[in-house]
Amino acid sequence: MSRLLVCPPDYFRIDYEINPWMRRVNEVDPERAVRQWHHLMTVLEHDVGAALERMKPVPGLPDLVFTANAGVVVGRKAVTSRFRHPERQREEAHFEAWFRENGYEVMTLEEDLYFEGAGDLLGFSDVWFGGYKQRSEIRAYPRLSELFGREIIPVELVDSRFYHLDTCFCPLSGGELLYYPPAFDRYGQTAIAERVGPERRLVVPEEEALMFACNAVCVGKHVVLPAGCPETMRLLEARGYQSHPVPLDEFMKSGGSAKCLTLALD
Amino acid sequence: MTHEQETVVLRGHIIDSLILAKVLDTISMMGGTFDLQEVAIGKTREETSRARIVVRAPSAKLLAEILHAIQPHGASVERELDCQAEAAPADGVFPEQFYATTHLPTQVRLQGRWVDVERMEMDLGIQIDAGKTGARTVPMGEVKRGDWIVTGRTGIRVIPLQRPQERDVFSFMESRVSAERPHGHIIADVAKRMWSLRDRHRQGQEGCKVLLAGGPAIIHAGGREALTWLIEAGFIHVLFCGNALAAHDMEADLYGTSLGYGLSAGRAVPRGHEHHLRTINRIRAIGSIAAAVESGVIKQGVMAACVRHHVEVVMAGTIRDDGPLPGVITDSVAAQAAMRAAIPGVGLALLVASTLHAVATGNLLPAAIPTVCVDVNPAVPTKLADRGSFQAVGLVMDAASFLRELARELGWTP
Repeated sequence: MSRLLVCPPDYFRIDYEINPWMRRVNEVDPERAVRQWHHLMTVLEHDVGAALERMKPVPGLPDLVFTANAGVVVGRKAVTSRFRHPERQREEAHFEAWFRENGYEVMTLEEDLYFEGAGDLLGFSDVWFGGYKQRSEIRAYPRLSELFGREIIPVELVDSRFYHLDTCFCPLSGGELLYYPPAFDRYGQTAIAERVGPERRLVVPEEEALMFACNAVCVGKHVVLPAGCPETMRLLEARGYQSHPVPLDEFMKSGGSAKCLTLALD
Repeated sequence: MTHEQETVVLRGHIIDSLILAKVLDTISMMGGTFDLQEVAIGKTREETSRARIVVRAPSAKLLAEILHAIQPHGASVERELDCQAEAAPADGVFPEQFYATTHLPTQVRLQGRWVDVERMEMDLGIQIDAGKTGARTVPMGEVKRGDWIVTGRTGIRVIPLQRPQERDVFSFMESRVSAERPHGHIIADVAKRMWSLRDRHRQGQEGCKVLLAGGPAIIHAGGREALTWLIEAGFIHVLFCGNALAAHDMEADLYGTSLGYGLSAGRAVPRGHEHHLRTINRIRAIGSIAAAVESGVIKQGVMAACVRHHVEVVMAGTIRDDGPLPGVITDSVAAQAAMRAAIPGVGLALLVASTLHAVATGNLLPAAIPTVCVDVNPAVPTKLADRGSFQAVGLVMDAASFLRELARELGWTP
């Protein structure tokens, strides 16, 4: 059974602006956010069959809710994130504490080596891809490659709206890739195409990419994605995936959606 | 130095991700050049690869911009160290691990700064000044006990030659020697260079002197008039030769022979073999070649032209010399030092019909100086070309024919 780390949105709000989606004037409706989050949890637990590990929210850390950025977990090994923005650096200790309390072997990168966890490092069984330049640094990947013994192909994120790899790139359990090519330069697009054949690449249209269609959670043949992405759902269903749309627009105010709100633990 | 450089290292899965390609493309697109010095490819998919890239740009500003642009793609400037140095243990002795120079432009890193090594020449050591702000080459024989001499390999970089801007025979960047090729266009290109160098030299520009190192075959074969004209017309500014060229040139003036052969009749003259000895004796009696010219004893020829046109002459002796003439330096280390002292400012070297002088001069020249080596024996230009100077052109031909053709190209009418 898939286990996901999540954090309730008790203190979720927009206190600062660190990506093009965030506008402090665009206030979060707390009740609606909580409702949407619980809806997502219900779908994950009941429709998809994932097990959820809930961590304790912390006042003053509004983005702790985006657990995808806690780090990267493989088996019992966890590498915790080093956030680029000071606003989120305060989350590092809380994520690290959770990993330690839950028996993970915690590894950290050098202090000035930015790496924002599963937000930027995603993969298939044979190859991982690492998004860089907006948040994580490319220099983190050779180090992570050594730690996990995996091949990591770095791809540059060239559009600031797609500031983490998981906003435009979603590997699916069957080896397909749901992605938005213009978020990468031609080198990145070529590198991706080299490893993922044309029959496995599902290209999300721009308007749905901007709804964060790629910020989806794939568990087995289930894909949970933000509501409002009919073309993406059609693409998924044509490949035999069952899609589960969930309205998450309160979290889009912060530049996050389904995938950002979860961290795969196993 | 006309360009700046920095070494960067790129590691990770840089091949399949096209990150290496992107970094190299970025360098080129921004107007820089690169030298991919080392690429270690991971043996498995999981293993990372590593590339070491020397980035070059025409200015420090552009280099900084390029480094700034490639740094986010993982290219980090290699941690550089100052060069190492040790004190010379005795006069004339380098420290055991001394760095031996090439004839290519070289820099050493002193107190975090890359400094050009002055007076580049192959097979020497590099001496650092006491303040650690400058460096220059030093021959083994000239080093003094306690001088700081560069050792090891760290903090030293050798810079490959850039393709010359001129579009002529030298710009092919390859050392070519062939007896089968037509010589006409090569000599025409050399002449063109000499025109331009003479103009610039007359305007007082530096690095525009033409050096000729020649052997006595120039006189024997009938190149004396042409060479004399080249000197008088201001095309030659430094002359390296031995006892023989000077002796036979003045023999020709006094007796009309060269090593006893009548230059006009082309026949051995009775007692002609004594002429060069009598010439040398005469000059020794007068005291110097300059005095012989100024007093009117020597009226014409190569040496007379050199004296009248203030051409710098270095005469280096050999063990078979007769006399020798006054001014011939018989201590070979001292002769080498005198030749070395005359090299700065030279912009073109013509090495004509002398194995010893051609090779000795070739060894003293920095690689960037265009060099023409002319000899009937292909071994001589080949030996010169093997030094690896990209701007060396070898001509397998008779010295007199070369000089006459060159002089004609420059306006001489015999």
